[in-house]
Amino acid sequence: MTASLSAPGSSVMGRSAWLEPWLATLPAPSGPLEAVQVRGRRALREQPVPSSRQEDWRFTDLSLLQQLQQAPGAGDAAAAASAAALPPPAPGAFRLVLDGRSDPLDGVTLPEGLQALNPLEIGQGLGHTLAATGCEQHWPVELNHAAAGTLLALRVTARHSVRLELVSAAGAGLLPLRLLLVLEEKAALEVNQLLLAPGPGSISLVLEAHLARSARLHHGLVALGHPEAALLGHLALEQEPESSANLTAVSAGWGLARLEPRVLQVDGQAVTTLRGLQVVDGRQIADTHSHVRFNGPEGQLDQLHKVVAAGQGRSVFNGAVRVPREAQRTNAAQLSRSLLLSDRARIDTKPELEIVADDVKCAHGATVSSLQTDELFYLQSRGIGADQAAQLLQRAFCEEVLRELPAVARAWCPLEALQRQDGLA
Amino acid sequence: MIRSDAPVLLEIRDLQARVEDKAILKGVNLTVRAGEIHAVMGRNGSGKSTLSKVLAGHPAYTVTGGSVTYRGDNLLELDPEQRARIGVFLGFQYPVEIPGVSNLEFLRVATNARRGEKGEEELDTFAFEDLVRERLKVVQMDPAFLERSVNEGFSGGEKKRNEILQMALLEPVVAILDETDSGLDIDALRIVAGGVNQLAGPDNATLLITHYQRLLDAITPDYVHVMAAGRILRTGGKELALELEQRGYDWVDEELAALEAAGDRTPVEVG
Repeated sequence: MTASLSAPGSSVMGRSAWLEPWLATLPAPSGPLEAVQVRGRRALREQPVPSSRQEDWRFTDLSLLQQLQQAPGAGDAAAAASAAALPPPAPGAFRLVLDGRSDPLDGVTLPEGLQALNPLEIGQGLGHTLAATGCEQHWPVELNHAAAGTLLALRVTARHSVRLELVSAAGAGLLPLRLLLVLEEKAALEVNQLLLAPGPGSISLVLEAHLARSARLHHGLVALGHPEAALLGHLALEQEPESSANLTAVSAGWGLARLEPRVLQVDGQAVTTLRGLQVVDGRQIADTHSHVRFNGPEGQLDQLHKVVAAGQGRSVFNGAVRVPREAQRTNAAQLSRSLLLSDRARIDTKPELEIVADDVKCAHGATVSSLQTDELFYLQSRGIGADQAAQLLQRAFCEEVLRELPAVARAWCPLEALQRQDGLA
Repeated sequence: MIRSDAPVLLEIRDLQARVEDKAILKGVNLTVRAGEIHAVMGRNGSGKSTLSKVLAGHPAYTVTGGSVTYRGDNLLELDPEQRARIGVFLGFQYPVEIPGVSNLEFLRVATNARRGEKGEEELDTFAFEDLVRERLKVVQMDPAFLERSVNEGFSGGEKKRNEILQMALLEPVVAILDETDSGLDIDALRIVAGGVNQLAGPDNATLLITHYQRLLDAITPDYVHVMAAGRILRTGGKELALELEQRGYDWVDEELAALEAAGDRTPVEVG
């Protein structure tokens, strides 16, 4: 599986009418991301906007992005109001507000163990993991390249443990977020990232993280959107042996949410945990395309993707796992579980396992069901009303993923936030 | 305890029910008064569990005839949750595991639903924890089970204890216990039966559905009913259970054949 589009230089016939006017509104390339901006804008001019004619975008309609033509700039008064509505920082976590305009580290004293990367390191590291995980030319990544004016580039130094909280709120227009994280040997980083779009608007997130030997990353993403808001996210990881990474992503309420976690175990022997929960209602679309590749032996993957689909919502899951010949004794498990709450909702779920090595364990499974009659009856037989019973069961379904968010994410009460979205009873 | 002047709690008349296209209950008659313990016995497939589920309102079963009156009201027109709130309790043969729903939260919501119906105040988290810890003693259950998901990973005995704990919290008027003894070892059976005995009183009634005499050694029934082919074939005292234990069910088949040949649907009183 690849979500890459036609090669650079292909026909521009498929390009959407909104794109050129939007590109024209962007400020001239400048700053630390100047070269990246030039590259992204060129790529967008050369590549067609993904359409349903491409397998990886078959069910995912990007027409919501047309609104960028009317409101091209990142952040405005609405975003400021949204930022004011953010929950207070979780105890023990270091909070940074990413608004897409100002340098998030300006005037900030970083805690022990956390350092800003210098320009040379940024030059060496930026784009490295995107290329290694095969997504540097993906259209959503190029969109981020074209628009991102600021960068959060951090290193967690060897043997240090850091808890970080990243919060962003979108206003009208596109909020581009670009992150580069380097974890040195035996470093540990827990990141809670909250993305909010309380009204029309879009967020583009591109995160690269490199985990050195024995490093540990726990990244929790809670993305709460609006029916007229779009989220496009790429989370790219490179893992050295004996490192462990947990990516847990929860999204609800977006008109369109497309998340692409991409992991490369560069020499196997690492542990990757992927957790996803996407909630759709109305005419919302949530799409997760994950990609995990083991370039060495004895790697482990534990992946669980859950969906709650109500109304006329549409959910797409495509889980690619690549186990080449050198990845002997890989142990990978992927499970997709979907809860269908409406006759008119749609769920498309597809495992995509490519296994060449012959001594591996690769399990996968997918279930799509409505609420279980026996579970509902059991609760009702104890006096719990049908609606409340359904609510309890839906919450329970979500809880399996929510409890994998980093502990400090509990301060955000993600379950309550999800319930305020339309999808849950 | 039989008292002829005790109020009738449950009156089942000619109850017929089917699941999908298959008729299971074919005319069940049963009267349960306050203070009584009834045992319903019978082979697999005789309709015992169906009777319990129909009384609790399981949506998979359709009532096709007859009536069930609970303290004077038509039970069959109520939703399952309404039946539970007014005091009808079903102890499940196979309690359902519900991952992600905390046992404590489930018990609290259920208890408050029942209390609301009785006009009692809802219990907050702290008051409920006090109550539940006291009722845990009825089934000698470890408080750690409260922190787990409903029945998830519980052994067979733990699930049945959790059922009786729910009964202790909900204080039902009519408790229907569907094969509560199945899957229990001797110690667990003693604890579960002890819980049922503690909860039985002059104002409530218990309907035990069981295959085996061993449960009735621990809980003495006032009446024993033998079900066959979707109806109650015989009714007697506790000695009827002993007779079943000694003679098996073959004689039941013979009696059933004879009665059906004669077109008789009235249960036989013995003892």
